[in-house]
Amino acid sequence: MEDNLLLQAIERYLEGAMLPAEKAYFEELRKNTPEIDQMVVEHSMFIHQMDNYSSRISIKNNLLDIHAKLLAQGDLNEGGELSAKGKVVRMWNKYRKVTAIAAVVGGAIALVISGLFTYYSPVNNSRLQELKGEIENVKNTQRSQNNQLKDVESKLPKDARFNGSGSGFLIDAKGYIVTNEHVLNGSSLVNVYNNKGEEFTADIIYRDKERDIAILKINDEDYKSLKSLPYSITKNKEIDLGEEVFTLGYPRNDITYNKGDLSAKTGYKGDSSTFQIQMSANPGNSGGPVFNKNGEVIGVLSTREKQAEGVTFAIGTKSIYNVIDDLKKSDTASALQKIKLSSSSSIKGLDRKDQIKKIEDCIFLVQAYNKK
Amino acid sequence: MKAEFNEQALLKGLANNDSKAIETIYKENFTMVQAFILNNNGSYDDARDIFQEAMIALYEKAKSESFVLTSKINTYVYSICRRLWLKRLQQLGRYSNQVDGFEETVQVEEDLEVHEKRNAEFAIMDRALNSLGEPCKSLLEGYYVKKLDMQTLAKDFGYTNADNAKNQKYKCLIRLKKLFFAQYNIGE
Repeated sequence: MEDNLLLQAIERYLEGAMLPAEKAYFEELRKNTPEIDQMVVEHSMFIHQMDNYSSRISIKNNLLDIHAKLLAQGDLNEGGELSAKGKVVRMWNKYRKVTAIAAVVGGAIALVISGLFTYYSPVNNSRLQELKGEIENVKNTQRSQNNQLKDVESKLPKDARFNGSGSGFLIDAKGYIVTNEHVLNGSSLVNVYNNKGEEFTADIIYRDKERDIAILKINDEDYKSLKSLPYSITKNKEIDLGEEVFTLGYPRNDITYNKGDLSAKTGYKGDSSTFQIQMSANPGNSGGPVFNKNGEVIGVLSTREKQAEGVTFAIGTKSIYNVIDDLKKSDTASALQKIKLSSSSSIKGLDRKDQIKKIEDCIFLVQAYNKK
Repeated sequence: MKAEFNEQALLKGLANNDSKAIETIYKENFTMVQAFILNNNGSYDDARDIFQEAMIALYEKAKSESFVLTSKINTYVYSICRRLWLKRLQQLGRYSNQVDGFEETVQVEEDLEVHEKRNAEFAIMDRALNSLGEPCKSLLEGYYVKKLDMQTLAKDFGYTNADNAKNQKYKCLIRLKKLFFAQYNIGE
């Protein structure tokens, strides 16, 4: 019983419920009786634990409630049935007045879809990561699209939805661009942006899933063909270990430079059509060119190894030539016969900054969309 | 989608267990974490558990006096989830390789250590309360967790007056403290 009263006193003391005289008396008692002092400290600690316990229970319950609520509203998705249609309608209503509705809806669906894609996609080698900008970039892209939509009307149809982005580069001054097939990821529409942010519509001319190469052609009256490309696409060039290489691409919305060293002549699991680079590439670098120090393109950046930091793979330029050959064989009548890969480099011997200045106009941000 | 949210305000809201703030953080981050976990051998339930645990860690961090968040909320939440999930996979022995996602990460090791200590303390308190038996357990939960006053509790439990209930509460509290500290000190 005495314990009981003492505990009661301690609790009142800690809660600040004692009257001044009582408090002074208790503090005196505490000072002179180490046991009581110890009990106060211990109880204070216990009450603190109890508070933590109780606040954690409330946040836990609150989180579970919110999860259930958002799930019911369709803000979250847990497999079940994917109510993409309901979602569009709901968001349409919500953002009816926003002119950028296409971008908003596209972004939201892309989040869901890319989640599903990454989940269901059977072809993805789980140890390799394609360097396509997906989820991370969706928000940025969406923001930039919103901005663009405010300034100028986008060239995309209103009902296009964002599917992924990567990098690409000119192989022929007439507007032919190489990128990775996985950047397109089954998309039917592409837009490309140059380093000044100018948007051009492009056609998908050819896809080669096996080689992971796709050819696009800028099809836009605003595009002014260059006279010639500053760099060449090497055909049978011997590559050397330790060779310094660099890339330009769009892991963000701004063009970004990255350099590394050629670290193996074969790619993932000894694949001889690819090679390995020690370089910290990021999602969004996929499809970007790999240059040697002379400013000649020796490959297309494509994947990185997940387990190891900085291990990046590139597809050798020979594959581009093979793809172009296939392309010409498949369609003998058209203008495609005139595609000619750039074979001379005018930037050899320049220092890196000047090389980049010449090159950067030829590197594009590739954004892939699907029609809804 | 809306104007820029003030991250500090969101964190403050979270620290106060404010549903609006939690909902906002939830909506902005859950899908990305879910995609990451599904993509790395996890289920929908795993995604929910891991995300909520990260939210609890952020909540407890936001509540502490020395609180500073040096990164954006989404980077922090993602980093915590990533670490938690790696750990879970290791425990389950399901996966030994490094997993990878699309996001940048920040160092969260120290925060997770604090969080794990809290987890352990929570478990000890929970076990202690559950081994008390009734009516002690409900009485103490009523007072300390649901924050009901003695008057209400006395009525709910059928004590003739608040003083009796209070006496009973202190008896229970002494037992609970014994159980708690017995475990807590072993843990130390």
